[in-house]
Amino acid sequence: MCDSDSHKEMLSIAKQLVAELEAGNNDQATSLVDELAHIREGELFQEIGKLTRELHSSITSFEIDSELCDITESDIPDAKERLNYVITMTNQSANRTLTAVENAIPYCDALHDKSVQLGAEWKRFVNREMNADEFRKVSKTLEGYLAESEEQLDAVKGALNEILMAQEFQDLTSQIINRVIKMVEDVESHLVNMIKATGSAPVAAKEEEKGKLEGPQVPGLSKSETVNGQDEVDDLLSSLGF
Amino acid sequence: MPANPNMKILIVDDFSTMRRIIKNLLRDLGYNNTAEADDGQTALPMLQSGNFDFLVTDWNMPGMTGIDLLKAVRADGNLTKLPVLMVTAEAKREQIVHAAQCGVNGYIIKPFTAATLKEKIDKIFERIDS
Repeated sequence: MCDSDSHKEMLSIAKQLVAELEAGNNDQATSLVDELAHIREGELFQEIGKLTRELHSSITSFEIDSELCDITESDIPDAKERLNYVITMTNQSANRTLTAVENAIPYCDALHDKSVQLGAEWKRFVNREMNADEFRKVSKTLEGYLAESEEQLDAVKGALNEILMAQEFQDLTSQIINRVIKMVEDVESHLVNMIKATGSAPVAAKEEEKGKLEGPQVPGLSKSETVNGQDEVDDLLSSLGF
Repeated sequence: MPANPNMKILIVDDFSTMRRIIKNLLRDLGYNNTAEADDGQTALPMLQSGNFDFLVTDWNMPGMTGIDLLKAVRADGNLTKLPVLMVTAEAKREQIVHAAQCGVNGYIIKPFTAATLKEKIDKIFERIDS
């Protein structure tokens, strides 16, 4: 019964009620008062029914809210996995760098010491403090030194390149961390929505963006749609004729 | 036949550490003529006016992504034959295939080794010669 109908009905009953009261028909008047109360109850029940249905559909929509499921079942465990992987990567990088440094320093020390030594001998030679025999010895030493230093400097260069490559983690860890930050922001906004939404319309599910970028692969989290290493990339491309 | 050591190479990546690494690796391989850009958006005008012989690019960049840069290069009459190597963390199969379909000449996933970089560059220029 819509508002204007119940209003008309109440008005007609009220008019009857006044008539019965004026006529002194108390029994009829009482039953008319009951009828008015009855109409009010009806409206109230309708109101309660409407609220109940809304509440029920809100609760149901929370249950089937796929985004909420995703967050609790995969995004948060993923985030922990990702952050652990960041720790692993940064740890590996630090160790790799330290190893390279530790390898390089002895070479640098040895070369330095030999240079000092040879420098002193050469000075003696230049100052004509050296005889022929001694010079022959120094000459041999110098030859050896030059050959050695070629090798050792290559080794030092190798260590420096190793250190260079060990920095590659930073690009990947930053990307991974940014993704975790984004996920945290999503959870935050979802929670805010849930708080706002109590009693109002259900939260609409977000549409999955097509062609969303995956970012760096984290071991243990790779899905079947991703490749594992450069060899798989090469295989994939050559299998398709590229 | 290996690539011309004097060829002009543009390195595009939004992380400066990665650009430094690639620049140093290229230098180790004998390629000293390099320039850098931090996004597809800044890279494209450089390519259009710069006489580059080779493009090395990341995928995931905030302004213009590597795949969009690749498409823009292939669509530009003056740049369409430019050899393009992608060096990226993106490892989804459908993306790799998509890049190949858009005309990328090589695809390297991060983390990568100096040997892989050399191998892919040699392969790209071998194919161009043949």
